[in-house]
Amino acid sequence: MKNKTKYVTIPSQTILPERDASRDPVLECVNLGITLGGIKAVEDFNLTIGRTEIAGLIGPNGAGKTTVFNLLTKVYQPTTGTILLNGRDTHGMNTMQVNKAGIARTFQNIRLFKNLSVADNVKAAMNNDMRYGLMSAILRLPNYKREEIAAHRRALKLLSIFDMQDMADVRAGSLPYGAQRRLEIVRALATNPSLLLLDEPAAGMNPSETAELMDSIRKVHEMFQIAIILIEHDMSLVMNICEGICVLNFGHIIAKGTPDEIQNNPAVIEAYLGRKKEA
Amino acid sequence: MTMRRLINLKRVEARRIYLTYFIVILAYVICQTMSSTKFLSSSMRGMLVPICAYMVMAVSLNLVVGISGELSLGHAGFMSVGAFSGVAAAILMQNFIPFAPVRLALAMIIAAIFAAIAGFLIGIPVLRLKGDYLAIVTLAFGEIIKSILNNFYFGVDSGGLHFSMLTDTTRLLKGGRLIIRGPMGISGIQKISTFPAGFILLIISLMIVFNMVNSRSGRAFMAIRDDRIAAESIGLDITKYKMIAFVMSAALAGAAGALFAMNYSTIVANKFDFNTSILILVFVVLGGQGNMLGGIIAAAVLTILPEKLRQFSDYRMLLYAIILIVMMLATNNAEIKYFLNRLNPFKRKETEAE
Amino acid sequence: MVFLNFFISGISLGSIYAIIALGYTMVYGIAKMLNFAHGDVIMVGAYVCFYATARYNINPFLGVLLAMITCTLLGMIVERLAYKPLRQAPSLAVLITAIGMSYFLQNTALLLWSSNPKVFPSIIGRGAFKLFDGKLSVSHITALTIAACIVIMIVLSLFISKTKMGKAMRACSEDKGAAQLMGINVNATISLTFAIGSGLAAVAGALLCSAYPTLMPTTGSLPGIKAFTAAVFGGIGSIPGAFLGGLMLGVIEIFAKAYISSQLSDAVVFAVLIIVLLVKPAGLLGKMTQEKV
Repeated sequence: MKNKTKYVTIPSQTILPERDASRDPVLECVNLGITLGGIKAVEDFNLTIGRTEIAGLIGPNGAGKTTVFNLLTKVYQPTTGTILLNGRDTHGMNTMQVNKAGIARTFQNIRLFKNLSVADNVKAAMNNDMRYGLMSAILRLPNYKREEIAAHRRALKLLSIFDMQDMADVRAGSLPYGAQRRLEIVRALATNPSLLLLDEPAAGMNPSETAELMDSIRKVHEMFQIAIILIEHDMSLVMNICEGICVLNFGHIIAKGTPDEIQNNPAVIEAYLGRKKEA
Repeated sequence: MTMRRLINLKRVEARRIYLTYFIVILAYVICQTMSSTKFLSSSMRGMLVPICAYMVMAVSLNLVVGISGELSLGHAGFMSVGAFSGVAAAILMQNFIPFAPVRLALAMIIAAIFAAIAGFLIGIPVLRLKGDYLAIVTLAFGEIIKSILNNFYFGVDSGGLHFSMLTDTTRLLKGGRLIIRGPMGISGIQKISTFPAGFILLIISLMIVFNMVNSRSGRAFMAIRDDRIAAESIGLDITKYKMIAFVMSAALAGAAGALFAMNYSTIVANKFDFNTSILILVFVVLGGQGNMLGGIIAAAVLTILPEKLRQFSDYRMLLYAIILIVMMLATNNAEIKYFLNRLNPFKRKETEAE
Repeated sequence: MVFLNFFISGISLGSIYAIIALGYTMVYGIAKMLNFAHGDVIMVGAYVCFYATARYNINPFLGVLLAMITCTLLGMIVERLAYKPLRQAPSLAVLITAIGMSYFLQNTALLLWSSNPKVFPSIIGRGAFKLFDGKLSVSHITALTIAACIVIMIVLSLFISKTKMGKAMRACSEDKGAAQLMGINVNATISLTFAIGSGLAAVAGALLCSAYPTLMPTTGSLPGIKAFTAAVFGGIGSIPGAFLGGLMLGVIEIFAKAYISSQLSDAVVFAVLIIVLLVKPAGLLGKMTQEKV
């Protein structure tokens, strides 16, 4: 591991203590919280994610799941708490800097660059990897050509994970819905993240598309050996793919554990189905 | 994989770029031949350089409005910065560089640098704003530049360069020359702008803009335009890229301003007012945002049109206004578009297929 | 006392800007477009008023009323012909159409009324109130302008908040789709907004030309741009914002003319606008909207 920065470990925050999380976490959230319009949208959010963990973030609508993603990526600045990414405090960083530090994400309501081609969407995300300057571009110097070709190759390679290499020239806005969701994942991956946040990747997909997506996420996880957190309402996807699950309700974590533990947790069942009257 | 393969992947875009160069060169050759064979009326010949300048203005504004997606209502301000600095530079160089084309080229470069500096300084506050607020602040800066230049005095004598604001307090020594004279502007300009120079500037502008758009910067501009939040989430530096586009656009406008000014013997700051900014915006929108060729054609047509409508004398600007409104309605209203497509036999199939 | 004199003339000029800015801000609030032709509606109103009073000797107040009716109709016709077909079009296309409309009105005025400046007779004469033993002189037109602005402001606020049509206007500016589903006639509401804005522009035209009596086809452009600036200054879409922005702009302009430089007064006005927008990016009373992610 290149990153030798010191990090604080708070074992109690891990979803799964037996994983590598406590030894080498990619992400640690300590007492994270935010007040939006006078309402505490997220409070006391403590979570640690291992370097190669796939974690699920679930909860009823309005529980604050997307808000957590927005806090992690600094779309909102947290009012309280600390986020350590690879042991580094992200305090004072903005969305761009957090991405450079290693978090990439997708969006619940798809946010592609609609008028760019599929390949350009991916290549735009590789911008920080490219070194050539404005003059090289204007004068079409050799390093421009070299880097552009390399970027294009890499974009096609990434697209091929999701079987999208043949769509490279299509305008992103005219892709079918499922392909748009997949393209968002590819674009996020192109920034070389150490932590990938997927916000409802299977929303609006049919069961066979969801199954394909599941395979693709596993493939990404194996190929890049990165940590993934996903927000999802499709329980079969979450239970199948996630090693650890964190349940959020009204801005608070109500349970953490393995898929089996979560499925049998009374607090989780209550949050989803409501309390039994006679109990 | 070779570069050719890479370009092939974008063949639609590439074809449009080559078409643009081709049409511009073709138009230049035709105009040049017509001009040398006295086929062109003298009024038309006099318009060749301004048309080139307006075309460059349209290309440069398109970089901000079409590619970066920000509405700028003060583009004429950069043109005037370029015009004044370029002409002043040309006058100062008159004795050292007798060869006019070199002097013109240097003046345009200096104009571009001054306009770029102005663009950078204005960009710092402007680019923090969004949408209509950004637009109104560019308008405000355009007016401020005009007011300042209207009250600016600049002269040269054996003691060096002198300038003052509001009133002429330069106190030039004998033999000195007051170059910029406040509201009187600059007069006695040597008309060294030529049609070939305008053509070369246009080609250079097109090269800069096209090559920039098809590079990582261009992708960043368009990504930010399409979705600012997503662009931030993939690590694009919004401020930096907006600034690059804004400054580059200002620099090209500055060069165009110098070209434009040196086609006349006198220029005043009021020539570059809000209406000029709007005129250039009209070129861009009418030509299609982001479409360089469209902007160029619109610039040519809308500059020649009032001239051609001269036979209608008093009615010409009225006709111009009506044509403008009708063109906007025709290109943007769905029902009218559908109706026009049905009239067009080539497009009929597409319409019916939809 | 000199200061107070400047202040009052600033408030008076600002009142005119405020009345014009109301038209911009209402139309922006509801149609989300910058109606560049608004400044030229002012000019049309002033011409109608001029011909009614100076040529046909109609009572000045009837003249203003006639101008209001003309401009109201004009505003509605312009909206119907040029803007309504572009409801779904990109905002820049609408902006250019509005600019085209502005050229159209200016050049029509040029043909109808020629470019020779007309000397506009003040609608209530050139008298003045003398206060503090004549040290402070407030012309009748200044007093009338300020009074008119206050009355318009109060009436308009009541109209927007109390009446059914006013509520429909607010609903449309929030969400046109939802308003339509609630049974509001969106097209009629937008038309009404243009009508009110243009009617106010006629009043502004008469007041403006009473204070600054030169009337030309281009008379409306610069006050139009300044009032637009005022609307942004106060927070575009906000009615109290337009009022506040207009008044402040007028005062700043007069003070800049008096104490800094008359040539640079426009530059000072715009510089203040830029500073305000940097501190408050949505104007003085505008609401910042955060995009939902």
